[in-house]
Amino acid sequence: MQHSGYFNQFGGAFIPEILVPTFNQLEAAYLQAKDDPQFWQDYETLMSTYSCRATPITFAQNLTEHFGGAQIYIKREDLNHTGAHKANNVMGQGLITRRMGKRRVIAETGAGQHGVATATMAAKFGFDCTIYMGAVDVARQRPNVFWMEQMGAEVIAVEDGSATLKDAINEAFRDWVTNMDDTHYVLGTACGPYPFPEMVCWLQSIIGKEARQQMLERVGKLPERVYACVGGGSNAMGIFSGFLDDKEVELVGVEAGGRGRGMGHHAARLAYDDAKIGVAQGYKTYFLQNGDGQMQDTHSVSAGLDYVGVSPILADLHERGAARFEAATDDEVVEAMRLTVRKEGLIPALESSHAFVQAFKEAPSMASTDVILINQSGRADKDIFTVADAIDDPKWKQFIINKAEEYRRADNSIDNTGDDHA
Amino acid sequence: MLTTASTTLETTMPSPAEQLRETLRARREQKELLLMTHIVLGYPNFDDSLCVVESMVKDGVDLMELQIPFSEPMADGPVILRANAQALAAGATTEQCMRFAERVSAEFDIPFLFMTYYNILFATGVEQFVRTMAEVGIQGAIIPDLPPEEGGEYLSAMKTQGLAPVHIFTPSSSPERLRELAQHSDGLVYCVARKGVTGKDTAFSSDLDAYLARCRESTDLPLALGFGVKSKEDMDFLRGRVDIAVVGSETIRVMEQRGVGAVSAFIEGLNAR
Ligand SMILES: Cc1ncc(COP(=O)(O)O)c(C=O)c1O
Repeated sequence: MQHSGYFNQFGGAFIPEILVPTFNQLEAAYLQAKDDPQFWQDYETLMSTYSCRATPITFAQNLTEHFGGAQIYIKREDLNHTGAHKANNVMGQGLITRRMGKRRVIAETGAGQHGVATATMAAKFGFDCTIYMGAVDVARQRPNVFWMEQMGAEVIAVEDGSATLKDAINEAFRDWVTNMDDTHYVLGTACGPYPFPEMVCWLQSIIGKEARQQMLERVGKLPERVYACVGGGSNAMGIFSGFLDDKEVELVGVEAGGRGRGMGHHAARLAYDDAKIGVAQGYKTYFLQNGDGQMQDTHSVSAGLDYVGVSPILADLHERGAARFEAATDDEVVEAMRLTVRKEGLIPALESSHAFVQAFKEAPSMASTDVILINQSGRADKDIFTVADAIDDPKWKQFIINKAEEYRRADNSIDNTGDDHA
Repeated sequence: MLTTASTTLETTMPSPAEQLRETLRARREQKELLLMTHIVLGYPNFDDSLCVVESMVKDGVDLMELQIPFSEPMADGPVILRANAQALAAGATTEQCMRFAERVSAEFDIPFLFMTYYNILFATGVEQFVRTMAEVGIQGAIIPDLPPEEGGEYLSAMKTQGLAPVHIFTPSSSPERLRELAQHSDGLVYCVARKGVTGKDTAFSSDLDAYLARCRESTDLPLALGFGVKSKEDMDFLRGRVDIAVVGSETIRVMEQRGVGAVSAFIEGLNAR
């Protein structure tokens, strides 16, 4: 490859030898696309006709009044087709896949948002598609699995390891080392070996470009602080990249605090001090690992934030003090989400709600002339089962019980007809 | 880590890499195709690992790859992947693997290599890990997720300790790349027979010849061929084509399906002429 892909000490490309030519090809295609103004134009056209770009910023007047401090603005990535920022990365990589002449795409997915976005892209571009998803996530994100399969993707439940996102990534790599000739691996976040972190950030930078311009046009100034949740780091880097040169804008990444501090209870790699620098899944960053370098289990109420590593670009921003990292606990997240639904009629995904938690903690002590911007990376339709459980809604439970009864009765009558014919 | 006093190699003593080269050369004079086997340390437990090493050495295995288990074995297929996970679930640590290596390299007169992923070295500290490797009598290492571009610290530590870094040749590697990998290798090079991960079948045919010729041209080191080698037929095919056949997943499969006791007959079958 022409570049090493390091951000100070983080990043790199720790790849199996068999993939070296594949990465050379990918780097070349990425650098070419980046140098070609036509590519970005095609990308913006695609995103404005197939997805909902530019996504608006929304002034959250009721929340602003409720907290009585900074003015709260929300960047609406939930309005993308398939309901999250993941579409930005996926559509861009779809264009790059086509340029490379490949016919099949594979992807890992945690929450299922990236899987759904990839399946959508594959349907639109006419690619074959296989999605790897941890078995734990398949169990908690059935609605997304349903849509992936409807779009013609094959969804493979990964039972190995902790059966979550990192294991899905390993399995996607195992597929790729076998099928790289006709297959592109659409990595879903700003992690993995170079050029993925850089390429994904570049495609997601469309969020920050729009947001900066929208703030200047609509509000007449840049925000004092920008908040984004951090799983692998793609939505955070997407919005942050619009403000990296604006020293007066503070960038705040919010990780999954889960049940609080202590290894195994959270997925906060930067905000808490349980993570150490290591090398896994092809790159160097902070990982939640033990002294031997074995990755540890994580926990979060949101399937999209429970990853063991974090973008090398964010790790570098953290190290240089160019961004601040906080963690939000499961309980705080559900609470912030309920408040946002009630006050604004917006439905932030559980992942996105992490960013809301931190913004809500800080807004009251800021001046009313201050402005903050929250990236609503996705919407929570997919989380309806988890949220209903967290809220313990009796009417929802009754609905599910009734539905189950209905299926059971239908099943029995099929069995009975089967018997009759036997 | 182990606290054995650090060994300063006297200039007159052959380095572990030199010993490895010499052992392989001498064995090759006796035998046309050497056999290297691969086991996952601590799977299903260290006692069984020891029994397997003992039986393999007795049955004429020429050298062994000892895998230190890792939670994210990206380049391994289902059999070795699960062996890694189960070894870790049973509590295997890097320290135990070092002690195990120390014991077997003292007890058995064949070369032992480590195979593991880079984070295992990185977590210990690359230099310290490599020093300990030398102290416990390991002669070389295969780190499948560490291309030479990223391996500066590792390669210089291996050089300091006189150990053999073994790199991986692949069918997709260009001739320039093969030469580059060879330059950074010592002891032997590991040629993967095909794309993909460990443990899947390989159709051995003369299609391999052009690739193996490219490998030969790039290095004078012995060629080991692995990925999918599992039968006497495969061994017969490889004889005359490469110097060393590598059997990995299949031994683990035999052990899982027929018990540790069955490994001996399996190895004898492979080596039969
Ligand atoms: C809605 C939403 N937000 C955020 C994330 C976290 O990913 P990243 O940190 O790459 O933005 C996910 C991941 O699945 C997601 O679905």
